[in-house]
Amino acid sequence: MLRYTLLRIFGAIPTLLLVIVLAFLMVHAAPGGPFDDERILPAATAANLEAAYHLDEPLHRQFLRYMSGLLRGDLGPSYYYRGQSVSERIGAAFPHSVRLGALAMALALLTGVTAGTVAALREGTAVDKIVMGVSMTGISIPVFVIAPILVLLFAVKLHWLPAGWSGETGVRRFILPVITLALPQIAYIARLTRASMIEVLGKDFIRTARAQGLGTATVVRVHALKPAMLPVLSYMGPAIAAILTGSVVVEEIFGIPGVGQQFVRSAINRDYTLVLGIVIFYATLIVSLNLVVDILYGVIDPRVRHR
Amino acid sequence: MIGNRTIRMAGGILLAVAAAALVGPWLSPHDYAATNFDRILASPSLGDMHLFGTDDLGRDLFVRTMLGIRVTLLVAIVASLVSLVIGVAYGAIAGFVGGRVDAVMMRLVDTLYALPFIFFVILLMVAFERNFLLIFVAIGAINWLDMARIVRGQTLSLREREFVEAARLTGVSTLRIVFRHIAPNLIGIVVVYVTLTIPQAILVESFLSFLGLGVQEPQTSLGALVNSGVGLMGRASWALLIPATLLALVLMCFNFLGDGLRDAFDARHES
Repeated sequence: MLRYTLLRIFGAIPTLLLVIVLAFLMVHAAPGGPFDDERILPAATAANLEAAYHLDEPLHRQFLRYMSGLLRGDLGPSYYYRGQSVSERIGAAFPHSVRLGALAMALALLTGVTAGTVAALREGTAVDKIVMGVSMTGISIPVFVIAPILVLLFAVKLHWLPAGWSGETGVRRFILPVITLALPQIAYIARLTRASMIEVLGKDFIRTARAQGLGTATVVRVHALKPAMLPVLSYMGPAIAAILTGSVVVEEIFGIPGVGQQFVRSAINRDYTLVLGIVIFYATLIVSLNLVVDILYGVIDPRVRHR
Repeated sequence: MIGNRTIRMAGGILLAVAAAALVGPWLSPHDYAATNFDRILASPSLGDMHLFGTDDLGRDLFVRTMLGIRVTLLVAIVASLVSLVIGVAYGAIAGFVGGRVDAVMMRLVDTLYALPFIFFVILLMVAFERNFLLIFVAIGAINWLDMARIVRGQTLSLREREFVEAARLTGVSTLRIVFRHIAPNLIGIVVVYVTLTIPQAILVESFLSFLGLGVQEPQTSLGALVNSGVGLMGRASWALLIPATLLALVLMCFNFLGDGLRDAFDARHES
């Protein structure tokens, strides 16, 4: 197990390095500098600015400087928010995103697994067809279409829930953003669970359990659920990435001051260091969460450790 | 054959939408960029040919929506072609050469898989000033990984088949084997997977345009229309609902078409 875990951790390092190098090069290959937008600066001022941000150094120097900062958790100063560092901006926004993402993931797992299991137990019936039809629709409709339609329905027309974030407190403000973010994942997880549950329910050990006189609920809970969850567990990596991507849209629509909204703002403001910092932050987050999922997979299914 | 009916339905709807997008703007008396401040946020009506109403600048939303569909489909098709070329070439080389080259090439694909590509596309958009051509290339550059894997797998198994061996024994050159004997057998699976990459490309394009990082005004796409619809939904729900429905419809049809084609083509998936 230790060997497996270490192998996984070392496997993730090249991916992270690749992300950092690619992202750094992309930003620095950009035609035009970060201060081009503003009024024409006197040559001396421009040179001072460049020197202050070390933009006058050769590229490899800048990269090494950036890397050594990165290792200390310092992502450099923001170009747009003068006097603030990228790490500060991300640190202030991150708690909002974590709460939103964790709630959405929990909702997606709970609802998706339940719906998928019910559909599998009633395979071929109307219930099954409805679950599958609804989930196919859920997969096809992107978050940025679901979000405004839910807002239009529940906030603008029915006035049941708040449309935005500011001025609201408590649980109510979470309801629409979390549901929006979870819906496509619920759909996907339901389909995955159904398919693997049907396969597991056809296995011999389930027949044996049934023959012993166990009820359906016990068979599913005690025997079928764990093996049927393996494909769902391996989908957690992509699901995390999808929820991060989705949170960019959801935070933008509902006005939640999280990392996603910060990302869009900094992209529009052309705040190069902040965009770069957030890309690296997101990539690190995705890679490390994938790592956790991989290691968990090894804990639950010993077969993969020995491959 | 339920699959067959799904394919026909989805394909038919897509053709109808594409035809409407091509012909629609011609039949309308309005221009996509012309503003009319006397007719701001007019609701959909047949009377003055504002079938889908107007937006907050008084521009005709029918013509704009049809143009948006054109842009969305064009971006998606071009991006898919880019990913097709990269993916097929990469996968076929890895699969045909095999051995250590294959292992290294596929290891690279695995590593790239773990990258959050959408964020890189946004980074590109920031760095290169939202160059429209770049959107095609960037989206295409995202989507080739799946294609490479599938083509590689298929090539790997084709390489061992008797007819390839026979060709090799009769002295056919490697290049000729790849183009005359292996490539034709890849067409089916490639077509299926292109229909599955198109909706992914549509998603990325509309995601970018929705965030205001894609197509720039007065040009438009379905994602950009949904975005401006969000701002108007309190006063003009049609400005949101029509492009949102069309976008969902197009995506759903491509997904059903791709799934149906895959089932029809690959019997193993049917179970």
